[in-house]
Amino acid sequence: MKPSLVNTAEPATYAQIWTFRTPRARLALWVGWLALVALFVYCWQVMNAETMWVFVADAPTQAADIGSRMWPPSLSYLPELMKPLWDTLNIATLGTLGGVIMAVPVAFLAARNTTPSVALIRPLALWVIVASRSINSLIWALLLVAIIGPGLLAGVVAIALRSIGFVGKLLYEAIEETDIRQVEAVSATGASAMQRLNYAIVPQILPAFWGITMFRWDINIRESTILGLVGAGGIGLKLQSSINVLAWPQVATILLLILGTVIVSEWISARVRHAIL
Amino acid sequence: MSLGTTYPTHWRRPPRMLRDRRWRLVVQGAALVYLVLAVGSLDIEWSRVVEGLARGQAFVEGFLQPDFTSRWGDIRQGLIESLTMTLTATVVGVLISVPIGIGGARNLVPAPVYAVCRTIIAVSRSLQEIIIAIFLVAMFGFGPLAGFMTLSFASIGFIAKLLAEDIEECDVHQIEAVRATGASWWQVLHYAIQPQVMPRLIGLSMYRLDINFRESAVIGIVGAGGIGATLNTAIDRYEYDSAGAILLIVIVIVMLSEYGSSYLRRFLQ
Repeated sequence: MKPSLVNTAEPATYAQIWTFRTPRARLALWVGWLALVALFVYCWQVMNAETMWVFVADAPTQAADIGSRMWPPSLSYLPELMKPLWDTLNIATLGTLGGVIMAVPVAFLAARNTTPSVALIRPLALWVIVASRSINSLIWALLLVAIIGPGLLAGVVAIALRSIGFVGKLLYEAIEETDIRQVEAVSATGASAMQRLNYAIVPQILPAFWGITMFRWDINIRESTILGLVGAGGIGLKLQSSINVLAWPQVATILLLILGTVIVSEWISARVRHAIL
Repeated sequence: MSLGTTYPTHWRRPPRMLRDRRWRLVVQGAALVYLVLAVGSLDIEWSRVVEGLARGQAFVEGFLQPDFTSRWGDIRQGLIESLTMTLTATVVGVLISVPIGIGGARNLVPAPVYAVCRTIIAVSRSLQEIIIAIFLVAMFGFGPLAGFMTLSFASIGFIAKLLAEDIEECDVHQIEAVRATGASWWQVLHYAIQPQVMPRLIGLSMYRLDINFRESAVIGIVGAGGIGATLNTAIDRYEYDSAGAILLIVIVIVMLSEYGSSYLRRFLQ
């Protein structure tokens, strides 16, 4: 017997018209939105308590003014930028290298399946990762310029310290996702703990490792272009000095060069990652 | 009985990448040459570094014994600016990026709209927050409003791009099913797309809130308000104990928001 399509015994309490959500869900949704709007308005009030609206009203004029001064970019300034650009690339590359070298042990200590102690060492490693991730490279650079003086070294160390968190986090997640059966197979041959790492875990995470490294290198190129603003060398230094003397055509040239570098590095990184994975 | 071939007695792991030996040598050699050149161009002044180590020690000590009290007024003001700036910028950024994200999804809109939206996304993503902040401070004057503008602008590229990619990856069957009932474009958006992408959009917004707070600690350096300005002042005055306190507060808030957002995402799914 086929079930009848019209069930006459159905209780009458069901709504006749189908709706997306139940009344209770609708109410909760509205209360949620209302709370968000109220919070937004409150924050807006607090934030703009001391805003000078005269300046804000003036903004379009200022924008047009700066825009007209920036155009056309001074192309004759370009040769002078090649050395800073080389410095910027070095900051990014050496910084990535240093960051990766420090991140690998941290990642192995943070991964649940390779850490020597889940209770003691793992939280410590996770804390290192979070601390490194929460502090922007510009702040690291600010600190390092104050400590070891302005120059490329401060930039390299800042980029390296910042990279630990990113590389460490992605790498330890990759380690935790490794296939346990391969580890078991290798340990069944009588392998020691180090041999297990070397022959079972490392081959599994190697593609992810190179992918993460290239990804971070790309981000680091981006970040190292501005480190000069706080004195850590590279093309940002030129940007800062050009802004200080209000040489807007030079600023435009630098920004275009930064844009070009970022696009090229992103393309390289995407190609390499595509080839590896 | 003898086999003609001799097998090697030692096993060597085969190379994973660049299987040709010559290519490997070329790449390794090039990397070595680059490293020598790059390290050579660093131009390290070791006397200055050694001199700075004492200051580094002072910073580590300041970090271990943070001083929350003596600059608490400034820290509090900076924190309030940062937090309000973060929230308003995220809300506005999400509101603007939702239409742009929908416009950037190839399966929903005609090609011209797609091109325009993807251009907006590319422009917003390629400019660094701090560079945008420099310009917006020049336009809008010092203070958190410029920071709010910067963070909103930067949020657009991030959220719109990921949202557009998410919409493009939506399950086609559900869209077809809703379309087969005679639904209009808006109804398809509401009943087929929105339920599929909403959990991810909320997750992205929470993640961006987190990023915006971290960025708000930076853009203060160029005058866009927030905790970054306080931090910059503290470091310029060599008050490492106050700087340590500010950094600790930033780290704790980032950790809290990270745990909070992961909890919220689990709750919503």
